[in-house]
Amino acid sequence: MSETSELLRVDTLELGIAHLPEARIVRKASFEIQPGEFVGLVGESGSGKTMLGRSIIGLQPSAIVPRGGSITFRGKDLSAMSAKDLRHLRGAEIGMVFQEPMTSLNPSMTIGQQLEEPLQVHTKLSATERRGEILEIMERVGIPSPEDRLKDYPHEFSGGMRQRIMLASAMLLKPALLIADEPTTALDALVQREVLELMVELSRENGTALLLISHDLPMVARYCERIMVMCQGEIVEAGPAQTILACPQNAYTRKLLAAMPKRGPVRSFEGAETPIVEVRDLSVDYVSRSGLLARTSRKRALNRVSLSVRRGEVVALVGASGSGKTTLGRAIAHLIPTSEGEILFRGQPVSKRNSEWMDYRLNCQMIFQDPFSSLDPRFTIRRILSEALYHEKAQEVSVREDRIRQAILEVGLEEMHLDRLPHEMSGGQRQRVAIARSIISEPDFVIADEAVSALDVTVQAQVLELLADLQKKHGFSCLFISHDLGVVEQLADRVVVMRDGEIVEQGLRDTVFDVPKSDYTRALLSAIPTLRRTQTGVELSWRFDAPNVAEVTR
Amino acid sequence: MSIGKTNKYLGGLLVAFFLLAAFFGWVYTPFDPLAINLRAKLEAPGSGHLLGTDEYGRDVISRLLTAARTSVSISLLTVSFAVIFGTLLGSVSGYARGWVDRLVMLFTDTLLAFPSILLALALLSILGANMYGVVLALGLAYMPTVTRVVRGAVMSLREQQFIEASRLMGHPVHYTLWAHVVPNCLAPVIVIATSMFGSVLLTESALSFLGLGVPPPAPTWGNMLAGARPYMAQAPWLGIFPGLCIALTLLGINLFGDYVRDRFDPRMRGL
Repeated sequence: MSETSELLRVDTLELGIAHLPEARIVRKASFEIQPGEFVGLVGESGSGKTMLGRSIIGLQPSAIVPRGGSITFRGKDLSAMSAKDLRHLRGAEIGMVFQEPMTSLNPSMTIGQQLEEPLQVHTKLSATERRGEILEIMERVGIPSPEDRLKDYPHEFSGGMRQRIMLASAMLLKPALLIADEPTTALDALVQREVLELMVELSRENGTALLLISHDLPMVARYCERIMVMCQGEIVEAGPAQTILACPQNAYTRKLLAAMPKRGPVRSFEGAETPIVEVRDLSVDYVSRSGLLARTSRKRALNRVSLSVRRGEVVALVGASGSGKTTLGRAIAHLIPTSEGEILFRGQPVSKRNSEWMDYRLNCQMIFQDPFSSLDPRFTIRRILSEALYHEKAQEVSVREDRIRQAILEVGLEEMHLDRLPHEMSGGQRQRVAIARSIISEPDFVIADEAVSALDVTVQAQVLELLADLQKKHGFSCLFISHDLGVVEQLADRVVVMRDGEIVEQGLRDTVFDVPKSDYTRALLSAIPTLRRTQTGVELSWRFDAPNVAEVTR
Repeated sequence: MSIGKTNKYLGGLLVAFFLLAAFFGWVYTPFDPLAINLRAKLEAPGSGHLLGTDEYGRDVISRLLTAARTSVSISLLTVSFAVIFGTLLGSVSGYARGWVDRLVMLFTDTLLAFPSILLALALLSILGANMYGVVLALGLAYMPTVTRVVRGAVMSLREQQFIEASRLMGHPVHYTLWAHVVPNCLAPVIVIATSMFGSVLLTESALSFLGLGVPPPAPTWGNMLAGARPYMAQAPWLGIFPGLCIALTLLGINLFGDYVRDRFDPRMRGL
């Protein structure tokens, strides 16, 4: 091995599947990481980025086997190392942070015990010294009163806190390399930035090199000096972050960049026309009853919320998780009972007992987040679509067939897809089917509940564009529920910000995005980086300074 | 060939054999199964009667074949009864929740509280011992299991978004239940139905053995076994053959049931 200074060198690494000699998960991957360098690995799901990251530390599933190439760490070939040496390396020299903070911490051990483990295994510190170290790192990652919380179990912490603890346990031993696989993807937008910044700070302090694996190109570009873009098992482009953003060479990288949401044009909906849907003082309580005669307990999920959606308008409902935005959407769709207030459709109050009920039911449709559970696995696409025309039985079969065919073409699929089953299609295709189903009956009002959140970045951009096109073409009003402000900025005419079951702010999109009135909105906005073109190239910046999240969310 | 595969074929083979026997016994038996011939009583297998004769000189193989038909039809009818009404109750209860659910579960849990054979005994002494009484009694005794399984499956299905989508499209409840809910919880039902078939067969035999099944002189494996008891020393074949029929059918059904479970429950595949 050459006596170079690099920390990690991956050389023409090939990863395959155990029983398929031809298959390759990763092809000819070569890169190196210098000590203290921050490197980003970007790719969509299935690109092989996670397997590449895990194989460095030997944590890939047993079915994934190396088929060539080498991984050297500090000049030592990892594949030639004994299991014992590898064990010593893991944790002490190479740390790892996973995506799911709930499953990567052991639920039956206190976090004090879990933080102590690496110290017991890798160091010879005494019990009091270990305790000191743990308290220090917990303090450092921002766990308030660490002394009292050592005896707490993982479920007693929020997702963001758990990820901080994960980070603490990885950084306890001051590893030379930290591999972070989608470390903030499962977290709320509000805490994402905080946790990331903490991770970067800690790495910088300890001189730790960072391999940040993520699907989120702008986020990675914000923190990493160098970026590698992965597509279908190959590293298609690598270079300094600035260069990649400013002049991407590879077609796929360009596609990724183009997929970043951009602000859509301004549309005006002034006028005296009655709103298509209006919500007045709507409240929803979740009632839980433990037994036949037991007391009932109520939890208010939505507190006296009022909003209106005009004809042809796209209103976005944003907020962190638990803000009640999904509850509001479901209450408007009459999927859950409301406890107070009313919903008006074209100025008429809607209830299950009046004659407008069926009219409203058919005119208010919904697109769900998860296209895997929103389509009946036993139905063909044709049957799924024809079901949406259930109440138009009088129609001739040929007319129905025409409408089904037209709907599937409209969402960018082909007629041959009609005879497929949902599991034979990709996530993006399924979501297109779900969209087709919701608009085939030509409703006036569509609720899209995180309709693109489960999709990959490039697919998300396509589906979003499709949704915008269909909206323009059919002119339906849309309540677009999302936690992703980038997406909202592209699509929405008006924005409603929610928090703890109440509306914090609402107004025209540009007003809310550019001059937010409330701190909470500002905090939400500060979590998304924006890409700006300047004379010298492309610049990534935050809209606002990071606020103190703890303060904003109380 | 692995043991698992052999079992699968053995199970299928045994089940097929007894189904064929039941069908065969319906069309043709060598002797009249009810014809008494006191001159030829307690004859050993071989001579003229393939499996010998009983204490009234009735041909054992003819009686076994006829009994196979009785047992198979009782089991089939019982399982169908339990599955149809269990699925109906379970899906309504799981989908409606609230007081409907509580009522159905109260009924189901009450039934479940008694061992199925005791419940069947009690019901039979009210309903009277005949084939339909047996089917009704056993059906009611086995229904709660299906109800519980279906209810559980429906409750988790109910949260699936395609069920909500169906509500959003304004489908009436009976349509949603029939088109989306029931087909999607059928897999576990088929699995328990297969294994239930075996235990119904056994319970039916036990009831007959106790004299509460299909009344004599009509033969069932259970009452043949009961009738053989006084002659165990003189004519052991009288007990051996019906006993063997019960044991082999059960073995076949259980092996076949395992295979069905593996087919329908992907999590069990490869185990």
